[in-house]
Amino acid sequence: MDILVVLENNKGAIHRMSLEAIVAAQKLAAEQNLSNALLALGADTGALASAAAIYDTGEVLTVEHNLLSVYNSDGYAAALRQVIDQEKPSYVFFGHTYMVRDYVPKISAQLQRPFLCDVISLNTTAGLTFAKQAFNAKLAVDLGVASEGTVLVSFQSASFNADLISSGSAQIREVAVELDETVIKTTSEEPFQEEAGGVDLTAAEIIISVGRGIGKEENLPIAEALAQAIGGEISSSRPVVDSGWLPSFRQIGSSGQTVSPKLYFALGISGAIQHVVGMKGSKNIVAINKDAEAPIFELADYGVVGDLLEIVPKLTEAILAAKN
Amino acid sequence: MKLCVLVKQVPGSESALRIASGNTWIEDAAALFEMNESDNYALEEALRIKESLGNDSEVVVVSMGPERVQKVIREALSKGADRGIHINEMPEIKSDPFATAQVFANVIKDENFDLIFSGLQSDDVGSGQTGVILGEMLGMATATLVMATEVQEGSIKVKRELESGWFQWVSMSTPASITIQSGINQPRYPSLKGIMGAKKKEMKVVDPSTAVTPEKQQSFANIYLPTADKKTEMIEGNVDQMVSRLVDVLKTEIKVL
Repeated sequence: MDILVVLENNKGAIHRMSLEAIVAAQKLAAEQNLSNALLALGADTGALASAAAIYDTGEVLTVEHNLLSVYNSDGYAAALRQVIDQEKPSYVFFGHTYMVRDYVPKISAQLQRPFLCDVISLNTTAGLTFAKQAFNAKLAVDLGVASEGTVLVSFQSASFNADLISSGSAQIREVAVELDETVIKTTSEEPFQEEAGGVDLTAAEIIISVGRGIGKEENLPIAEALAQAIGGEISSSRPVVDSGWLPSFRQIGSSGQTVSPKLYFALGISGAIQHVVGMKGSKNIVAINKDAEAPIFELADYGVVGDLLEIVPKLTEAILAAKN
Repeated sequence: MKLCVLVKQVPGSESALRIASGNTWIEDAAALFEMNESDNYALEEALRIKESLGNDSEVVVVSMGPERVQKVIREALSKGADRGIHINEMPEIKSDPFATAQVFANVIKDENFDLIFSGLQSDDVGSGQTGVILGEMLGMATATLVMATEVQEGSIKVKRELESGWFQWVSMSTPASITIQSGINQPRYPSLKGIMGAKKKEMKVVDPSTAVTPEKQQSFANIYLPTADKKTEMIEGNVDQMVSRLVDVLKTEIKVL
């Protein structure tokens, strides 16, 4: 087996980032004439395996065990490691989800094989190279692999477009693993949601998002006035929520919501990966930042280098004037 | 309880970044270094646990890198950590989380820590793996992206952040290696007394090259400036000119006015 894509179960469906990983696998398989397979693991994988079997893939593997009913890092790592030992894939692909970040490094440690994580692209022009971002997304880097054997690769959200997935029809095959309770060192409780009933930012057409560059809580009304003038929702990057200036349900990014509005205003947001993954699908991005080197400008359609505290109030005034 | 905190010194968010010749790292001399953001939260969490448990607990700060990393170790000591271990840099493995974890494991294995804390990921390499791999190598339980801790004798319960505002409580026996998410607490600033006291605290320097030959798994083969996916229009001029162009863009190009 050449490429194995591990599917994550997101409330009964295949996680969007797993679909993106399938697209990455299909691309690599096509360009290098490789085989690929998909893997569903859990206590009851029937629905996920059926959902996976409609894609263009060699086969769908399932691993079922009652110790995998609630996610736990030791059980998932042990089960997947056994699949890798049996099937010997050259590459194991994942979406770079929070779950993958939690258990895949364990497999890397146990197998002594590299885990190339948060990868943004693959390039087959000379062999195969995976690239990721480094230094707060200000630089990009091609990763080198030191030795022969299985390579674990996770892809950053939206690095591949799930809409481009190819359809097909695949057989389902169960792979047996042996797990016992002694490998599991943790006890997991049921997941829960905090501050439920917050704002659904995914429905907003216009989002005014503030980052660290807003400076202090007292400056927030400047952004709120713009949001009101243009008819948008307020959101933020993580540091603003960490400082307690806005509730966590207004956070955009890997730990918050993922949005793709018609217009995304990034005010004082540098463009760290964790934020960008939540908003890079926006149709139009306008960035205002005093740091001309901020990575957000790589992503913006329109960029303004300057002091948002000076520019935004005047912009709000001008928008109100234009509307009248 | 013996607590270990792994801290890393990284270029700050405002630091200049110049790619060094060879294209595998940046020029150290051009960068402004500071403590990795999530490591600062990890340190604060360890200090709070020590303070809640009482005086026989100890917080040991471990950092790997060139001599300049002693600055972040001192910073941690001035905030209340008890002693520091500086592991000399092994330049060939600095972009490899597996090999880095091997070195840490070798240096700290005889300390028999009950808890190892680290930030969820570094702002330079950004692999977010070292804490988990280290825990695995030392036979510890692990948990990542932690937003709250409850420590009891022989065990720890942590609140893990999942995606989209979901959380999960996970409990485990010690020893355990825990990676901390930014925002778990409000990190303190060092007091003047703390800064003075830190000078007298122990800082052990370890040269790992004689004790361990790490097995390199991956590396930064080539660093370069990212190419923009998009053509960005940079709006220039004085504030009034920029505002006027922005309104024009909103009206005629994005069509939201």
